[in-house]
Amino acid sequence: MRRDQLARAWHIAAKDMRTYYLKPPLVSWGMLFPVVMILAFYLRSPGDIRALVPGLVALTVLFGATSVEAVVIAFEKRIGAMERLVMAPISHAALLIGKSASGALFGAATGTLMWLLAGLVLGLPLAPATLVVIAIGSIAFSLMGVLVALVMREVFDAMAMSNVFRFPMIFLCGVFVPIATMAPALRAAAAVLPLSYTVDGLRHLVLGGGGSYFPLWLDLVASAAFAVLLYAACYRLMQRRLEELL
Amino acid sequence: MPAIETHNLTRHYGALVAVDHLDLTVESGEIYAFLGPNGAGKTTTIRMLTGLIRPTEGTALIDGLDVTRNPLEVKARVGVVPQRSNLYGELSARDNLIFVAGLYGVSRGHRRARADALLEQFGLSERADAPFGALSGGMKRRLTIAAALVHEPPILFLDEPTTGLDVHAARALRETIVGLHHHGVTLFLTTHQIAEAERLADRVAILVKGKVVAVDTPAALRAACCAEEALEVNVTPLTETLQAALRDLDTVTYLSRRGDALHLGVTAVDDALHAVLATARDCGARVTAVRTVTPTLEDAFVQLTHLDVETMAGGGANNRQGGPR
Repeated sequence: MRRDQLARAWHIAAKDMRTYYLKPPLVSWGMLFPVVMILAFYLRSPGDIRALVPGLVALTVLFGATSVEAVVIAFEKRIGAMERLVMAPISHAALLIGKSASGALFGAATGTLMWLLAGLVLGLPLAPATLVVIAIGSIAFSLMGVLVALVMREVFDAMAMSNVFRFPMIFLCGVFVPIATMAPALRAAAAVLPLSYTVDGLRHLVLGGGGSYFPLWLDLVASAAFAVLLYAACYRLMQRRLEELL
Repeated sequence: MPAIETHNLTRHYGALVAVDHLDLTVESGEIYAFLGPNGAGKTTTIRMLTGLIRPTEGTALIDGLDVTRNPLEVKARVGVVPQRSNLYGELSARDNLIFVAGLYGVSRGHRRARADALLEQFGLSERADAPFGALSGGMKRRLTIAAALVHEPPILFLDEPTTGLDVHAARALRETIVGLHHHGVTLFLTTHQIAEAERLADRVAILVKGKVVAVDTPAALRAACCAEEALEVNVTPLTETLQAALRDLDTVTYLSRRGDALHLGVTAVDDALHAVLATARDCGARVTAVRTVTPTLEDAFVQLTHLDVETMAGGGANNRQGGPR
């Protein structure tokens, strides 16, 4: 991709960060919801919270990244601003990078903050490789959010549709219960969901492998593969059905 | 080389043919108005010409570049003012322009200066720091045009530029358009306001149901369609029966209703006057005023499209009462 196209993608991402990071739907779903989840589990059983840190960090990344995209894309479609972006001399490939970057950065930032706080408060290891797991997961989740928001017209609808994917993943991807202890059918379902690999990768790095199910290299490769597949799906959707999406 | 050129440009939406084998040529530096009622295919044409949607058939060239094959190059050469002022409500007027400048590749060091120059040019300097959402309708429209000019495009598309503006704002906007024309910008504008097309355009294309029915200068369109004279008649009561009877007169070439008055194209004023008075009397109506008027582009439009002027004003495309006899 040409450098000028990447510069325009970053220009869009920077504007999105400045404009949307404090929008109410993003504050409630991207920031408050993960905090409430953590507090709920901590208050219920403070002693067990260490084992839940990988799942809760992954959850923070998931809700942060996907919520940004629901706001950034669905809202701009409604006000006609997406049409303005499509009319500008920026390729669909670069536009997709620009639009998903703000979500990926938000998810990565909130997830990293959560990981650092948990590590410092609970005395957990702070391996730098954790940042890689969080970053790749956040990119994949952000693109998942883009895919949902592209087909929805309203922010509320995009949020609701995102929950159709997000909530089942909470229960199927080892956030609270390690995948290894789940029934075979649920383990098979976990294997095809991106959140599983982020949670599992974090289990390796935060808990020293406690409760992990896949090897760490597979967590990284699978997360990256999901990101590539979701990017390809979004790109194809934009190429083929852009008029209907706008 | 023409600034804009299309060959057989066609767009289907399912069974509906929104734009039907359109051939047009817009010369560099001219104001070209696309005139037609809502649903005629004006916006669809602009969307195809600016690369937002793909044609079903045919080609569109901008500065000689095929829009489908070179979308990024074409987009860099044109500015687009959509029907809806779609800048970012939370960003200030200046920040909106700076953002759009970056999007079109204006270098970082020049964005602010370019934004400030446009704010000055469009009389918005005092509101530079106000959020776009807080501006008046006229200011929003002006800023939307400024945003389309931020990369200094040689070709500007304006989709219904004065729709929704009050009289003063619309007039100011028309002056802005003329100013751009004087600076050599090629302007392609769509409108359903006949007077606007007549006042602004070098050439007017009349579009009905996706097809161009006539293209020429406003004066040539008037001359070609309205060689006859025209009468404006006020009659009380103005019934459908009376209008039908007047339309059937041999001396009346077309009839359209404009507010309380009837506009009649006539072959000869003297004969028509007698016939109109007699017909009104026969229908139990009274003629309260008669004026001879110079045929306008509205008259040409009525003759060419068989649509009534009020239909245009209302935005519909129904064939009501304006058809030639």
